[in-house]
Amino acid sequence: MSITNLLENWSDFRQQHPSDDRPHREYKWAMSIDLDSCTGCNACSVACYAENNLPVVGKEKFAHGHSHHWIRIERYWDNDGREFADQGAQFLPMLCQHCESAPCETVCPVGATNHTADGLNSQVYNRCVGSRYCNANCPYKARYFNWYDYPTTDNVWPEPMNQQLNPDVTVRGKGVMEKCTFCVQRLTVAKSNARSAGRGVLDGEVQTACQQVCPTGAISFGNLVDPLAKVGKQWMTQQVELNKDKQAKDVKDVEEKAAKLRGYRILEELRTYPSVMYLEQLRESAI
Amino acid sequence: MGKDIREDIAWAQINKDVLKSLESPRRMYWVILFIAIAMIGVAVGCEIYQYTTGMGVANKNNSHVWSLYIATFIFWIGMSHSGTLLSAILHLMHADWRKPIYRFAEAMTTFSLMTAGLFVLVHLGRLWMVYYVMPYPNERWVWPNFQSPLVWDMFAIATYLSSSVLFLYVGMIPDLAICRDNIHAGWRKKLYTVMSLGWEGTDRQWRNFRITYLTIACFLIPLAVSVHSIVASDFAMSNMPGWHVTSFPPYFVAGALYSGCAAIITLFIILRYVFKFEEYMTLPIMKKLVRLTFAIAMVWTYLNLIEFASVWYGHDQTAKDQLIFKATGPYAPYFWAMIFFGSILPLMLAFKRFQTHLPILFVVSILLNVGMWLERWMIISPSFAHGHYPWTWDHDQWPSLVQWGIVFGSFGWFTLLFMVFCKVFPSVSMYEVKEMVYHRSLALKHKPAVKGDY
Repeated sequence: MSITNLLENWSDFRQQHPSDDRPHREYKWAMSIDLDSCTGCNACSVACYAENNLPVVGKEKFAHGHSHHWIRIERYWDNDGREFADQGAQFLPMLCQHCESAPCETVCPVGATNHTADGLNSQVYNRCVGSRYCNANCPYKARYFNWYDYPTTDNVWPEPMNQQLNPDVTVRGKGVMEKCTFCVQRLTVAKSNARSAGRGVLDGEVQTACQQVCPTGAISFGNLVDPLAKVGKQWMTQQVELNKDKQAKDVKDVEEKAAKLRGYRILEELRTYPSVMYLEQLRESAI
Repeated sequence: MGKDIREDIAWAQINKDVLKSLESPRRMYWVILFIAIAMIGVAVGCEIYQYTTGMGVANKNNSHVWSLYIATFIFWIGMSHSGTLLSAILHLMHADWRKPIYRFAEAMTTFSLMTAGLFVLVHLGRLWMVYYVMPYPNERWVWPNFQSPLVWDMFAIATYLSSSVLFLYVGMIPDLAICRDNIHAGWRKKLYTVMSLGWEGTDRQWRNFRITYLTIACFLIPLAVSVHSIVASDFAMSNMPGWHVTSFPPYFVAGALYSGCAAIITLFIILRYVFKFEEYMTLPIMKKLVRLTFAIAMVWTYLNLIEFASVWYGHDQTAKDQLIFKATGPYAPYFWAMIFFGSILPLMLAFKRFQTHLPILFVVSILLNVGMWLERWMIISPSFAHGHYPWTWDHDQWPSLVQWGIVFGSFGWFTLLFMVFCKVFPSVSMYEVKEMVYHRSLALKHKPAVKGDY
């Protein structure tokens, strides 16, 4: 927050509601995840570890809840009386939802987490003091704190493994909060390349690491402002709108239509306006 | 009910009695001081370990990011409210029974705020960057986020701390002059000389003193209410089930006054016993204090029930689940202990028999504060353990010994500050006790002598 912002364009600094689309003239990065395609293979999580220099904390710390998976696969079982093994898990990849009205952003005492003009929820590691208020207020608990000093004292990348660290991404020290960035380092490069070529970023020109490795193509990522982008089309066919807290699928008047709609966002009723749309899994009973 | 204070205590006797408390500490004093320092040692050790290793040793985790530090932080902030209640609010209400006991209550305010402030530092992941929270000019014009309740906290606590230090000090000036005039030469004499600011007790000085004192008292009251309301906003402004409650600010303020009053009872009994202040910290005053505590306990109970009721009848299923989880889940023993210590136990304060029974009051007042500490913990931890998102439910998280050690040590830190204060500064306000005695004796003169209450 600069003094200029304070004095001159306070209203620009914080958009009040996502329907106020001024900040997203060119780009609004968004994602859609098809739960029907997701096999729970965890490749996205592994790719994220490699791309974003996430520390592998080890079994013991993982059990203590000190893990750093920016994208995690959650497993759910239907509790319908079947035997445990027969139930068949359902999977849900959970990552930072890059909410348009993010609860984490307003509460950070130092303004370390902000909304970018591209609709990303950014995290400034240098600025973070580690109050962890953002994670306290995150309904998804999609933020991860550096509970230990992984790069040095915990030595998670012993020689020569430090050679495989991604040079485009900071290695975080202890005491800062971190979370999924939608691979902002790739977005920056793509935007820069596109700017040199005198055009906008094309659909498919930039992929997030999780999207890139997903064997079933369950994850799509792109610019919601671009009418040709796959993500935008998916959102549109599912009648999922960014600035609504209830989507067509769950609205009663369109019940007949609703049978075919699968798009929803998680904990929408909290009015966080997430940028990640999930496509419901098709159940056997529904077919 | 007997008299709050005898009207025939000589002024010189008051000076003598109070000044005696500043002299030659008994062996017990040193023992307690040593224990307090040892407790601080434990906390410092834990903090050094946590600082060098990382916050992970506190055994918090990604879904349970706050724990005992924040709970104890609220506890100490709460503790600080009663001093202001006694010294400022009752001052404006001309309740003169506060006079013999407000000084140490005010000191308690200051020291518990100083303790609370430490928890903010202990809690931070990068405490070496804590100055980022303050708005200071820098070359990039980067400011803190003024929307964040934590920033409001920083302002509120800093303001409250500086104002209550000022209030404590200003109220002490005439007494410091008495100390200066009566104490033998040494470093203390120099200290009192400097701190009493050349007080001579002239009419002009008294007039200015009264106005200053009244002004600060008026300034302090809204601060006391706002500081805990803002601490409550840390929770009420967030969207966690169990925190997102409109009635939190008054609930927190009531809880703060409650735990503070209970702490005053505890310290009252200790000071009365240790310094033999039976003439000043009398049983009738204790009775009034206990009744005040009882009233506040009932207000707190009411607000607590309001919170439960509004959750229960509200439409927020998550908050309702959260409440049921609190009452039946792994935190249930602590939750019910909180209800028992906070709401059931104080009922016995309604009985006259217990209102002046010091040993019972001593135990009860400590238990009330245990209940209030549990209350703060029950606000923090169950909400994290059972939040909005079922996948992050973590019912097994338990604070590590590092956290308990630091919480334990904070009591030592508070004790140390308070013990040092009691020996360096008069813990009973001499000039106000004199005033009280004088007013009472005047009233006695004007009124035909009748036995009994007044």
